Order: sequence, then C-alpha cells, then structure tokens
Amino acid sequence: MAAGRARAPTAYALTPRGAHPTEAVRHDPCHTTGVEVVPQGRKARSALDRRLSSLLVVAPEKEVKQLDRVIIRFAGDSGDGMQLTGDRFTQETAAFGNDLVTLPNFPAEIRAPQGTLPGVSSFQVHFADHDILTAGDAPDVLVAMNPAALRANLGDLPKGATIIVDTHDFTARNLTKAGYTENPLDGDTLAEYALHTVDLTGMTIEAVKEFGLSRKDASRAKNMFALGLLSWMYGRPTETTNAFLAKRFAKVPDIRDANVAAFKAGWNFGETTEAFVVRYEIKPAKMAPGHYRNITGNLALSYGLIAGGVQSGLSVFLGSYPITPASDILHELSKHKGFGVTTFQAEDEIAGVGAAIGASFAGQLGVTTTSGPGVALKSEAVGLAVMTELPLVVVDVQRGGPSTGLPTKTEQADLMQAMFGRNGEAPVPIVAPQSPGDCFAAAVEAVRIAVTYRTPVMLLSDGYLANGSEPWRIPGLDELPTIDPDFATEKNQGSGDDAEFWPYLRDEATLARPWAIPGTPGLEHRIGGLEKGDGHGNISYDPANHDFMVRTRQAKVDRIADSLPPLEVDDPTGDAKVLVLGWGSTYGPIGAGVRRVRKAGYHVAQAHLRHLNPFPNDLGEVLKRYDKVLVPEMNLGQLSLLLRAKYLVDVVGYNEVRGLPLKAAVLADVIGGLVADAEGIDVDLTPASIQQESHDD
Amino acid sequence: MTDLGLPALRSGTESVPTTDEKQTGKDFTSDQEVRWCPGCGDYAVLKAVQSFLPDLGLRRENIVFVSGIGCSSRFPYYLDTYGMHSIHGRAPTIATGIATAREDLSVWVVTGDGDALSIGGNHLIHTLRRNVNMTILLFNNRIYGLTKGQYSPTSETGKVTKSTPMGSLDHPFNPVSLALGAEATFVARTIDSDRKHLTSVLAAAAAHRGTSLVEIYQNCPIFNDGAFDAIKSPDTKADAIIPLVHGEPVLFGAPLEDGRGAKALVRDEETGGVKVVATADVAAEDILVHDAHNPDPTMAFAISRLTDSGYLNTSPIGIFRQVQRPTYDDAAREQVASATTVPGDDDAADRSARLAALIGGGDTWTIL
Repeated sequence: MAAGRARAPTAYALTPRGAHPTEAVRHDPCHTTGVEVVPQGRKARSALDRRLSSLLVVAPEKEVKQLDRVIIRFAGDSGDGMQLTGDRFTQETAAFGNDLVTLPNFPAEIRAPQGTLPGVSSFQVHFADHDILTAGDAPDVLVAMNPAALRANLGDLPKGATIIVDTHDFTARNLTKAGYTENPLDGDTLAEYALHTVDLTGMTIEAVKEFGLSRKDASRAKNMFALGLLSWMYGRPTETTNAFLAKRFAKVPDIRDANVAAFKAGWNFGETTEAFVVRYEIKPAKMAPGHYRNITGNLALSYGLIAGGVQSGLSVFLGSYPITPASDILHELSKHKGFGVTTFQAEDEIAGVGAAIGASFAGQLGVTTTSGPGVALKSEAVGLAVMTELPLVVVDVQRGGPSTGLPTKTEQADLMQAMFGRNGEAPVPIVAPQSPGDCFAAAVEAVRIAVTYRTPVMLLSDGYLANGSEPWRIPGLDELPTIDPDFATEKNQGSGDDAEFWPYLRDEATLARPWAIPGTPGLEHRIGGLEKGDGHGNISYDPANHDFMVRTRQAKVDRIADSLPPLEVDDPTGDAKVLVLGWGSTYGPIGAGVRRVRKAGYHVAQAHLRHLNPFPNDLGEVLKRYDKVLVPEMNLGQLSLLLRAKYLVDVVGYNEVRGLPLKAAVLADVIGGLVADAEGIDVDLTPASIQQESHDD
Repeated sequence: MTDLGLPALRSGTESVPTTDEKQTGKDFTSDQEVRWCPGCGDYAVLKAVQSFLPDLGLRRENIVFVSGIGCSSRFPYYLDTYGMHSIHGRAPTIATGIATAREDLSVWVVTGDGDALSIGGNHLIHTLRRNVNMTILLFNNRIYGLTKGQYSPTSETGKVTKSTPMGSLDHPFNPVSLALGAEATFVARTIDSDRKHLTSVLAAAAAHRGTSLVEIYQNCPIFNDGAFDAIKSPDTKADAIIPLVHGEPVLFGAPLEDGRGAKALVRDEETGGVKVVATADVAAEDILVHDAHNPDPTMAFAISRLTDSGYLNTSPIGIFRQVQRPTYDDAAREQVASATTVPGDDDAADRSARLAALIGGGDTWTIL
C-alpha cells in the first residue's frame, strides 16, 4: 500500500487457480489463494540460493510453493518481544520487495501479568507480490508463544490456517492462566488447523548455550528463533536482521551473539527438520518506480513536521505531554534538533499547547502532539489560537474513547471534537492521512494551511496509522510545497507619521492576518482572547463587529477550500451508482472491499477525504452524482452527520467501534448490498463469483 | 582580577538588543484607555513599570508582556510593547514558548493570585523549577476581583465572600513559600504603593537570568479594601514590614536609640526556623544576616513563614532568594545549536539536503 499510488487497481499477473493441483496443497491447506507449486528443481534452487547465501547448510530438498500473499500473526506475552519480531520480519519483507501492511496490537499495560490473556501482544503482517491495502482480515499463519497467545488469537483464524506453537510454555500452570482446562495441543480441538508443535524455547536454550547466559536470558532469544524459522519458511533475506542485532546489542556481545545464533538456529531448523516440508515464495511486488522504505505512521508524521519546517524556513517548536499512541512523535522529533527543532516536554497537555502558541507568536512553527484526551485538555488554548490567528498544528493520534478508553487501540471518533470541540464559533481546519506513509504528506499539508492561513490545524491520525507500517515511496523535495511565512515587516495602515500597524488587516485572497513577530520595530501590538475589532485589533465589544469577526474567521477557514485540488473519485467505468466515501485509516479496508466488489463484476466508486474541514469545493456535486453514498467509519457516524448537515444527502453509514481496523470482507458485503439496492440486481460475492482468485486486499 | 573559574553571571536581558535612543514612560504607554476601578493598586504598578522600563535601555520591540485572565491581566494592553492577553492561568506556558524560541526577547508575565496560584498553579511551579528566563509579576490582592469578589487561594481562612457567606474553609497559599518550595531562583515580595521599593525589585528581577517571581501586594479597593493596611499605614508599617536586604541584619520596628530597629530576627533553635525577638535582648552577632544568595533555600523559606496567613499584620518584604542556576531556555537553545552546527554552516540548502538524507535513510530499495 504505497502512498501516492493511483487508486485504480494495478494490473498484475496471477497464476491461474489450480493449475497444478498437487499433494502439497492438500498437505497445507492454509494458503487458499493463488497457489502454485513449483517442483523442486535447479531453477528454483538457484533463485533461492542467492538469497540464502549467508547460510551454508546442507538441507534436505524441500518443496517451494508460490503464493501471491500471506498474512502472518506473531503472538506472545507482552514481554516476549513480539513487536520486535514482527518489525524485523517486516523489514526483511520490505527489503525483499513485497508490498506489505502491518497491524501491531498490544495491551496498554507494559507488563500485564505474565501468561494471561490481557498480557497478549501481537503483530500482524500482510505481504504480497502485488499492491495490497490492509493488514488482512484473518491470519493464514499464527505463531503462538504461549497458551494465552493461542487462545486469544484462535478465534481470528480461518479453518486450515497454520499454527506454530512454542510447546515450552504449555505447562499446567500456564494453561490454567490462559483459561484452558485441557491442553489444546492434545486431542482434536485443533484438528481443523495445520498445527506445528515445536519446543522453540528449548531449542533456543540449546542453541545459545555456548554463550554462558543464564537460562532466563537464553530463553529470551526465543523470539529470534521463531523469526529465523519464519524467515526460512518465507525466503526472507536475513542481512537486515543480522545487521540490526549487531547494532542493537553492540554493547553486550554475549546477548548479541546469542540472538544471532538463535536467529540462525531457527532458520536451520526449518531447513533441516522434517516437520516443515514446504517453504513458500512470494515474489516481489510490482510497485510504481521510485525509492522506497518501510515506514510507520508516527515516523512519517514526524518527518512530515520536520519537512514542514524546512519548507517554510521556520524552526519547529513541539510542546507535548507523553500520551499513547502519540508519544513516538515526541521521541522522534527530539532526535532531530539539528533541523532547528525544539522539543519541550511540558508539565501537562495545556502547557504543551501553550508553549507552542507562544513559540508561534515568537515566529516559530508551534506544534503540539497528543491523543483524544489531550485534545480535550487543549481545547481552550486552541480557541485562543483561533482568536489570535496564529499558526499551530495540533496532532491528534486518535485512540478508543471516551475518557481513557482504549489507549492502544484505534478509533476515529474525535472528528466531532476536532470540528466543534471548543467554546464559541471556533472553526479549525482538519486534515487526515489515509495510510501510514501518507502521514508524511498530511503533516506537510497541515503546516501549509497553518502557516498560510494563520490558524490552528487539526491533524487526525489514529492508532492504526501510528503503529502500522507500509512501504513508502520517498518523495523528492521538489514534490513538496514551498510554504511562505510572509512575516509582516512594515506598517500597513495610513502613511507618513500617522502610519500604524493593524494586526487584523487581512490579505484579500486568503483572509489571513499579518504575522508580525516580536523584534520587528514599529509593529508592536497586543493580541489576546478577547474579541478583536476588525482591522485595528483592539478589544471590541461592539455587537456588529463581533458578528462580523465570527463570520470572517469562518470565511477564512472556508476559503482554504479554494486552495485544494478537486476530490479524486475512483470510478473506473463511470457506471457506478454507489459511492463509498471515507476518511483517515479506513482507506485500506474500503479500497480492498471496493476491489472485491469490482472483481465480482459490479460497479462501485470510491473517494477518500484528505480535508474534513473545509470539505473540497466539489464534494457536494460529487455526492449528488451517486444514488447511494456509503460512509464507513470507526465511530458512530460522525462524517455522515457532517455530510447530511451540509449537503442534505442521505448517506448510509457503516460503523464499527471495536478498536480495530474495519475488515475488507465485511465492507465488501455492505457495498454489495447497496449495489444490489441501487441497481436493482442480485449481487453475489461468493468466491466462485469472483473472476480472479485473489482478494487483493 | 583573579580568575576563580566561576561561570560569568549572565544578566536576564543580556541577549536583548539595546537602544541608545532616550526612552520615557510615555514611549511604553499604549493608546488604550486604562479601565481598572478608581483607586485600584494596579494603576500604581502600571505607572511604576512604565517609568521603569526605559531604565532597561532595551529596544521596545524586543519586550513581550504576557498575561492570563483577571484584573491584572489587562496589563499588556496598556503597554506599547509586544503582548498577549492569553487564557486563565496559562501565561507562564506561553511565555515559556516565547522565551525558549527567542533569546533576544525580554519576557514578562503579569498574573494574579487566582490566575497564578489557583487555575495556573501547576504551570507556575513547573516554570519556576525549570528556571525559564522571564519575570513573573504576581499581583496578590487576596481576592477574585474580575468575577466580583469570591475568595482566592491567598485569602485568609474564614473569609466571608459571595461564595462563602459562612466563611471560607481553605487554608491559603503563601506565594513566596510556594515559589521557594519549587526551588525558584529569584523570589521577591514588594508593595504596589511603594514605588521606590517596587522599582528596585523590578530592576533586580529583570537583571536575574532565570525565572524571577515578584509577589506584589496590591490593594483591591472594591472587594478587599484594606487588606494591606497594616503594612501601608505610616502608624503601623514599621512593625509590620520585615525588610530583607542582602548582607544586612534583619531588623525592624520603631528605632532604638542606636538607630537599630527594636525587633530582630534570630534563628529559633527549637523549631529550626526563625523568630522575632527584641533587639535589645540579643547579641548583635546572633541577629540573622540576610543571605539571598545562599544556595540552600531553607532559611529563605523560614523567613517566608513569618508572613501572616490570616489578616496581614506582619510580612517580610524584599528579595528572599537570588541564586544562579542554568536556565531551561538557554540549555534548550544550546542543545539545538550543538545539533545544528555542522561544519560548513546551516543554510537553507543544507537543511534541504539533510532532510532528503533523513527521509531517504533507513533500509531502502529502489524500483525501476
């Protein structure tokens, strides 16, 4: 899911389904899509050998199956290093050239009681030989490091999925902690899955014993053993992980060597054991030409803020208070003071935004980063920035609410808060990224609007975008807008000795007020939260002036729409009667759902909003072109409410607030139902009706 | 002079551009009509500040006044400098952003007892501990004026107000004790009506690099008139004001024949604090000599406890503490500067090149 790619489905070649039905397919029914079996031969070996050159192991001949996509979920206790394991597998996969999307999922507790269901942490990675949009609805492979991880994730697996279990922790005590009365590895309860029971921990301890670590320290390398095994199964290149381990544990050579050894042992185990008879090959994806890296949303957003500073020539000032899932932006920006970035870890959310406003008043680019509860605390200060008309970027990495809610889970229920969550008429522009990599461009856009229009801007990311990752085509700097702070340097009213500086005399095109920073002689002025007189900016209680100023502040925000491109609508044939309109991180599942419906031969259009306030100028016209408009959201219909209010269009909402991304298959069914309604036809989305076998999500 | 290896003391306004042009109080007076109640102590403070600012010799455009909400917070509108009248309690946060962003600005916060100690109490203590270079003028009238007369966090217990017809229940804050507890590096107390003392404290506060907290006793003639009568009345003030002058013995009260005040401060062995005794009863060497530069704030705190928490009959006035500690804003700028300074300078082109390298870093691959 590379940002900037055309939204129309990319053409790619698929192996015809069932071209070579073989024994291997039945042996391992977990991969039900795009399966082609390549008989073990010289050609396949040589291709693999190139990638496996770092490992000189004489291995039994193994079959290699071609897959077009796989979804793997690593699950374990929150202390088992599953996020790291998933991240390393992802980096290997990115380096190999697959398209990918990831979904980390972890508890809010740093170390929930060991071995319990609340303590389970998981990392899902979906990778493919073609353009994909989501982290996948259901894993093909589950790696479960303990009974709780198995129990917590089993319900998400389709029948036939592969399960790799570390048997070491399947003790009576741990089984009880996970709520099992019997060992699920015994008996028939897992008969519908391809179950591999492996003593990962035991083999890890054996593999690293030469380094003289304690048994506990030795067993901690088990995640690298698991990573090695999975890396072997899927032909991942190992260089990035070896380099990573060397760097990460450079100061503790024993730990470094143990991890490298465990990683290698896991690979060798796959290569030599008879337990795993098949390995898989997922060819690199055809992606748009360019320079790529894998990136999470929080990292891309941090880079976008730095880029906004460079492009505007302003020093970035971040005032922030730690909060999940936004803290990583504070961490990242604090590493980049070399770009003139100041990071201020404030005593609370209010001080964070207050200092950012102060820095903006002083001529820097004030930024504050938080999540929903923090936005609530900052609301009064954001209102001050509306009134004083100072640039400010407010980043809200949304999480499940209300109140403390679900700190580590995703949701997009802060749209109304961003839109209306202040006293008085206090319009604030809203920008939302649609994918992890897209957080970069969205942040630059937020800076552009904030600086150009002298206004606070809400940048609505979410927990899924923040921690999820995807390959990102690195933009050239020439693709970024130049942002002009256009500081005021001259008096702007009257002439000669009577000349004055009026801080609220506006630019006719943008309605932005002049930004005169302290240190500029002759432009001394006072601003504040009290209503300003039009032009001169002195305190005014005049009723007509207040009415005028309220309308002017709204008009200024509305006018931003004039600077926006027309809404991009993906309607390949122009025959669709149904439009699916979304915003934020639902882009992936919506796009995948739309593809499924199209693959089954039906028409549906898709559009996604980057700007939630103001809406693009042509949005009303686009909505009216379609008989039905579906608006899927991870809230109870907040965008739907805005659209109905503004355009009097009877949009249909699809709403889930489960703390997880929407599922493509569910959306496809919902879209199918609307298409059936709108076109008066029967819609069949069963797999047999889909022309090509891949779901492409 | 012998180099003792001590760090040079940097003035609070050292990096602010100065002017040779002669300035007067009028240059700092804005065209806005002052709208405090007749007789309000704020007028006296405004006048004192307006006539004091020219003494700094700073360029007017490099001075910023920030305020919160309350009567005193209208202050910036009446000064012809840069200014922001912000929101309730948050002025120190905004001033922190300004002071950290710009070394070349002289930053002032004007706040009141409700603004600084109630809704903004958290920001005040954290600003003090960080020691951000700014001067905070805390107008303490021991009442909420703008909201028409509710008790404030410095009102004496039992205060009968509109919101406490049976008397207030809260124990009050002593702003000086609070600031010392937060390890503020400059803490002083002065009086709105004593122009000379007020001006001398302002000068010391502005010269101090770090957060200077100046509590100004300020009379509210409408809702708390007479709160400071004991220390203002010529009849009582000699006994009410405990004057603090660095390096001098702390003496007050009617003068003895030798000219010394009849009352003196000595260490109280019993409590570990200080107590008031008759000067005549103690040896001269036992009388406490005020040391505002003592790195240990214990004695300053002990002196601050002599302030009455009820109706004010006695209060130490002057600079309680003035010590040097690195400021947050200087250190923050140094971190940025040390990270920014790369051989071959840091022009815009260089930043762009480094941005391209940053976003293009990590594990990358190219698709042709």
